[in-house]
Amino acid sequence: MNVTVDRQLCQDHGQCAIAAPEVFRINDEGKLEYNGTPDDAQREYVEEAADVCPVQAILIAD
Amino acid sequence: MSLRPRVAIVGGSLSGLRAAEQLRAVGYDGSLTVFGAEPHAPYNRPPLSKEILAADLGGDPVDLAGRTAFRQRASMGNVDFLTSCAVESTDLTNRTLRTATGDVHHFDGLVAATGLRPRHLAVPGPTQGRHVLRTVEDCHHLRSSLTKPRRVVVVGAGFIGCEVSATLRKLGHAVTVVEPAGRPMERVIGSEVSQAIQHHHEAQGVQFILDTGVIGFEGADRVSGAVLSGGVVLPADVVVESVGSLSNTEWLTGNELDLSDGVLTDNHLRVEHSLPMVAVGDVARFPNPLFDDVPRRVEHWSMPTETAKRAAATLVALLTGEAVGKTPFAPIPSFWSDQFDLRLQCFGSPALADEVRIEEGELDRLTSGLLVTYHRQDRHVGTLAVNLTGARQRTLREAFTTLVPAA
Repeated sequence: MNVTVDRQLCQDHGQCAIAAPEVFRINDEGKLEYNGTPDDAQREYVEEAADVCPVQAILIAD
Repeated sequence: MSLRPRVAIVGGSLSGLRAAEQLRAVGYDGSLTVFGAEPHAPYNRPPLSKEILAADLGGDPVDLAGRTAFRQRASMGNVDFLTSCAVESTDLTNRTLRTATGDVHHFDGLVAATGLRPRHLAVPGPTQGRHVLRTVEDCHHLRSSLTKPRRVVVVGAGFIGCEVSATLRKLGHAVTVVEPAGRPMERVIGSEVSQAIQHHHEAQGVQFILDTGVIGFEGADRVSGAVLSGGVVLPADVVVESVGSLSNTEWLTGNELDLSDGVLTDNHLRVEHSLPMVAVGDVARFPNPLFDDVPRRVEHWSMPTETAKRAAATLVALLTGEAVGKTPFAPIPSFWSDQFDLRLQCFGSPALADEVRIEEGELDRLTSGLLVTYHRQDRHVGTLAVNLTGARQRTLREAFTTLVPAA
């Protein structure tokens, strides 16, 4: 699956890193890092990460 | 039940959307209709007091709703999503609902997801120039009144009031906050932290008039001033009333449900009735065993998503006659608020606390970071982080995993 974070929208809330820690991570500088092509086994967690993003910055393309 | 079950979701904002998505996610393949009162697809409300309120853009409410529209799962293609379709009444015994346009719909299962509406001050005076903030129409209306520097009076120093004050002050308006009971957000975050945040707002030029109510408005056909409880008149061009919310439950009256504060449910979000019925989002009043067995409504943005997941599983079990899952539903409350250069991130239920502990940072240097924990009878019930990195959120959140043993 393909995941994109809209960096214009992202405010580094970090909710995605709680929902899908294998895919999203807040680094020591407080900035988001993520894997844009996670394994399909992560789909449920990535969907949840997209749901809980306060600024709705996560886009999932199949 | 008919051969193919019919579920009606009443409420077409985030709660209705999430309920529909989660019903599909747990395998419900019957018919699914969402009745949304607003004329828009579901959109995200938090930016209405911040980015969207501040954005330098034209546009009507439709544009604003488009800018904050929620991404929808592919499964929503298989859902009848009705907009501008408020439900006026329902008959749970006969399993019918009636829309404002007079149409009658039948259902086998029901989701209450109607959320809240803002309370308005019930005081005399002109109504023009007075605003609330919940919908894109409200936001558009408020933005339209701010085309030049204004004297703004914000009534109510809760989270919305504080966010709106910060946003409007940053835009250059003169902002005065009038709060009848306590300091900014004090009921939730406690007096010490509240005072520190008030000082931060004051340093940016926001004025506060505390322990004072608004008893009326002056002005011929539109507001020119707010009459305070002491009799003083505060000049005002624009008034924002952020004085709490009311649950949208009128459509359920006459069915012998407990609607005293939202829709009462059990811990699995089931509404006590012979009809398969659940409630979702900030209208649902449910007990959370992380804290105690007292049912409460939770007005956080995260609640629709969390409650929809469990409510969908509960409703499907009720529809199919299976046992409702026994695992306790114990969502960790979580919310944030952006005010000037401060980000407040909260976990748990600090409002329940009888003791506040400053763990890190200093109250007069909030921008450098502050960590506060809240305790009730020595039990950790809440955490507030101000300007702490998102990298720590997971750890802060995971402090809340232990359930209170059932009495």
